[in-house]
Amino acid sequence: MESTAKPVLAGVRIWRILLILTILLAVLMVLGLGIGSRTIDLSQLRSDPVARIVFFRLRLPRVLMAALIGSSLALVGAALQALFRNPLADPATLGVSGGGAVGASIAIALGWGERVSGVPLVFVTAFCGALAAFLLVHRISRAGPLLLPGALLLGGVVVNLIASAAVLTIQYVTDPTRAIQILRWMIGSLDVVGFDIVWRMLIFLVPSWLVLLAFSRDLHLLAMGEDTAASLGVNVKRCEIVIHLVCSLLVAVTVAVGGAIAFVGLIVPHMVRLIFGEDLRIVLPGSLLLGAAFLIAADMVARTALSPLELPVGAVTALLGGPVFLWLLHRRQRYSAL
Amino acid sequence: MTPILEAQNVEFAYSAGAPVVRGVSLRVNPGKLCALIGANGCGKSTLIRLFAGLLAPAKGEILFGGARLRSIPRREAARQIAYVPQAIAMVFPFTVLEVVLTGRSPYTARFRFEDESDRERAMGALARVDAAHLAARRVTELSGGERQMVAVARALAQQPQCVLLDEPSAALDLKHRAALVRTLATLRDSQGLTAFVVTHDLHLIDPLFDYVFALRCGALEAEGPPTEILTDRVLARVYDDPHVRARRVEGRTLIWSN
Repeated sequence: MESTAKPVLAGVRIWRILLILTILLAVLMVLGLGIGSRTIDLSQLRSDPVARIVFFRLRLPRVLMAALIGSSLALVGAALQALFRNPLADPATLGVSGGGAVGASIAIALGWGERVSGVPLVFVTAFCGALAAFLLVHRISRAGPLLLPGALLLGGVVVNLIASAAVLTIQYVTDPTRAIQILRWMIGSLDVVGFDIVWRMLIFLVPSWLVLLAFSRDLHLLAMGEDTAASLGVNVKRCEIVIHLVCSLLVAVTVAVGGAIAFVGLIVPHMVRLIFGEDLRIVLPGSLLLGAAFLIAADMVARTALSPLELPVGAVTALLGGPVFLWLLHRRQRYSAL
Repeated sequence: MTPILEAQNVEFAYSAGAPVVRGVSLRVNPGKLCALIGANGCGKSTLIRLFAGLLAPAKGEILFGGARLRSIPRREAARQIAYVPQAIAMVFPFTVLEVVLTGRSPYTARFRFEDESDRERAMGALARVDAAHLAARRVTELSGGERQMVAVARALAQQPQCVLLDEPSAALDLKHRAALVRTLATLRDSQGLTAFVVTHDLHLIDPLFDYVFALRCGALEAEGPPTEILTDRVLARVYDDPHVRARRVEGRTLIWSN
């Protein structure tokens, strides 16, 4: 069927899309702040000191943390899918989260709670693990100028297997308290008290987001093929290096703080694509906003579904994301060359 | 006349392998329609990728308009040289217009989107290759030939001085093959476009092409106007095939192998 409809230019669509997603995020933030084991409304904040503490010390940092982690993971997923030209790429499937988890587990097991010039050491070790996994998988999947999609995903699976074996071994040999700490952290949690960690994350996350967004045009061109991008003026090597470093940093910080929260990076960019189209200059900022909204929503489900029992948010995203992942695999004829 | 493209004693090898391009020196004059022919694996695609700046020569130099290609900023080079790759494998279902609009990116600032005038140019480029009706279609739904036309349209939307095409007719039907060469010849005559085309389709060359380069085992074996290159003797050497025959029929050259 041949269509004669005149497609709307991305530059015209983007503002409307970002406005819609911002409103959605704002609504979910308000809901996330209000809903929980006890419902808090604005009037209580003035009169009830306990409500105030719950709101400002627990609820607000938690919602902000969900937003930061969700947007970072979704943005990384969108960038990786474009960089590798693979719709199944995300920090979890490529083993980047696994690498970060090994790094973070080592820091936890050794009790490295200290900071180096204000940076928690667990961020540093997670970054090293994530970057190592990233480079390894990229190296395995590259054959000259080609990226082999099968080798990429298989490489990711194997790196994940190695990583989970490594984490298990670390848990086994470390003392039981720290082993439980690692286990709790691995499931993924947004439990946080106060803003200290939120500020610390922001220092790393916001500049990384800006760098990735600044590269969205290059990623848009890269998604169409490496030679095409290069012949249109993209410095492919530089772009790859920057994306590797920035994505490793984002994954490391989110993994170190929230644990391995699966599938956000995979499904959120696809939601944005399905609704708003393929242009990466829209998919990247769109994923940033929808990722935040998605994880706030998943956290609300985690807090309220079996209340007063609280589910780990990583389990909720995996339970939601797993079926979506399978559906994508089933529908992969939508994507050629996979 | 300063050649628009020039290879000076260029050598290239992939990683530690044997050289694929061996000491090639050739000059492409501006406003000419040139073909690069040769047997499979003789280094044609590698040479065109060297001209496109996608590979860097191990030895020698590639010049564009007399300047070292490597010294020209990438975006500036992208406004002068367009490249149409051999295989257009697209993973994501972009629309055809989105794909062709990327041809405007060398002219668009990093944080700007394409505007109406870019859309007009993109639509104009699609119309030139008889594919304007595909604008809203998903590129993943197109046939190989249609994708090829879209890739050519993107290259034209770049408004380059020189377009490099790697086997552009491979997936095209008879009508569109002839139309593609006519379009390139028209742009050469009206806008002074230079086209450098890798092809196995020797029938395309005569009479519209101006010049032919023939590679054999990575080295330049012969060059000259089509009537001098498309002969039994030269083609037998280039393709290592004594059975090749070339005959002039109705003002063009027919070629076959017995």
